[in-house]
Amino acid sequence: MTPAPFGARLDDVVVRFGAQRRMTAAGTTVKDDATTALDGVHLTVRPGVITGVLGRNGAGKSTLLSLLAAFARPTSGSLRVGPDGALEEPWENAWVTANVQLVRESGDLQDEEKVSESLKYYADLRPYWDADLAGRLLDLFEVDVRKKPEALSRGKRSAVGATIGLAARAPLTIFDEVYLGMDAPTRYAFYDEILADYAEHPRTILLSSHLVEEVERLFEDVVVLHRGKVLLAETVEEMQGRGFSLTGPVAAVEEIAAGRRELHRQRLGSTVQVTLEGAPDGTAAAAARAAGVEIGSLPLQDLFVRLTQSPRDGARASADAAGVRGGEAGR
Amino acid sequence: MFDGPEPIYVQIAQMIRAQVLAGDLAEEEQVMSTTQFATTFRINPATAAKAFTGLVEEGVLYKRRGLGMFVAPGARERLMETHRTAYFDDVLAPALAQADVLGISTDELVAYVLGTDGHRPPTTTEES
Repeated sequence: MTPAPFGARLDDVVVRFGAQRRMTAAGTTVKDDATTALDGVHLTVRPGVITGVLGRNGAGKSTLLSLLAAFARPTSGSLRVGPDGALEEPWENAWVTANVQLVRESGDLQDEEKVSESLKYYADLRPYWDADLAGRLLDLFEVDVRKKPEALSRGKRSAVGATIGLAARAPLTIFDEVYLGMDAPTRYAFYDEILADYAEHPRTILLSSHLVEEVERLFEDVVVLHRGKVLLAETVEEMQGRGFSLTGPVAAVEEIAAGRRELHRQRLGSTVQVTLEGAPDGTAAAAARAAGVEIGSLPLQDLFVRLTQSPRDGARASADAAGVRGGEAGR
Repeated sequence: MFDGPEPIYVQIAQMIRAQVLAGDLAEEEQVMSTTQFATTFRINPATAAKAFTGLVEEGVLYKRRGLGMFVAPGARERLMETHRTAYFDDVLAPALAQADVLGISTDELVAYVLGTDGHRPPTTTEES
């Protein structure tokens, strides 16, 4: 039986870490500043959808994902997780935590025991655990479960995490950079298994990764975090609709691009590629065809890079140019 | 696969249209499911579903409840018609524009089309 997939809703969620007073050697107290990991996050995670969570290092991805699995608690704001119409606060909520499987980069395995013991633990913990699937994936990834986690390579430990995440069949399944150390064939095998199992057992999957080009086709929705805020959260289609590229002879491209906002330009000899805001209309498409100019879609990776460049590189300008609502870029 | 500049669902739709036109997919024949598409081409099933939705609206495919997607009766004929119209604008016009750039004369083009210059590769035509 496939349980109803879980969604999530966050309203003005703030997470601060580490604000505390400490005693110095001289006997005075010093107050350390808190680190703000999430700074007023508003987000809706659609149930039953594969959502990509993108962001640069320190953007708040792991903090956000650990909140959903109740591994951490918001400093303020409201956070609810569950199936449509029955969302609950996850913190110290046995029903939510049983149904949310977060796989972190660390793997959360029992270091002193064989890997098989960790698998038994997760099998007991997860109500929808599929032991056959777990066995098949461990064979596929060639993991020796008689070894302790420390005896496994980084890639094999990630493969154990991938196995736990998939075999748990949790209504909310979260993979937080679970590809680390995996070689390319293993990563692609992992993506294939996600899609195959998702198609048969639809559930909500959140996947964070820095390998945007590799994973963008897996996503239906995308969330981009930047400096603790949600820069954008929408469907991949909407995100790609934010821009398009024109490639061809300079003069012809200029003519079609005239009057449109330019996001990026690359020139090679007499050929130019410009990335423009918005979608090409019928006139532009016809003109491009007639002039031998190729119209291309905007790769997620390119848009992501432009949206999250540091303020010195003009992140505000890029975000404004890409028509991002909220104008929270570069703060 | 699907490495073109257009969105993937557009490329999937084009591939299915091409298969119907070429007769590789016969009318009333079942098309791969969204799940098969997703796992074969490593894409989100919703992306494949979007391609199918467009093709249903065009009358190329139709849905049989609980069974899947099938090629609609008359789909090939309809595609032939639209593609014939588009052929001149989309295929021939750019080729002729390129011929202009290269200084190839109309006479040379006609001779090529008629096969009287000895260069035209043999084509298979069902009509002859």
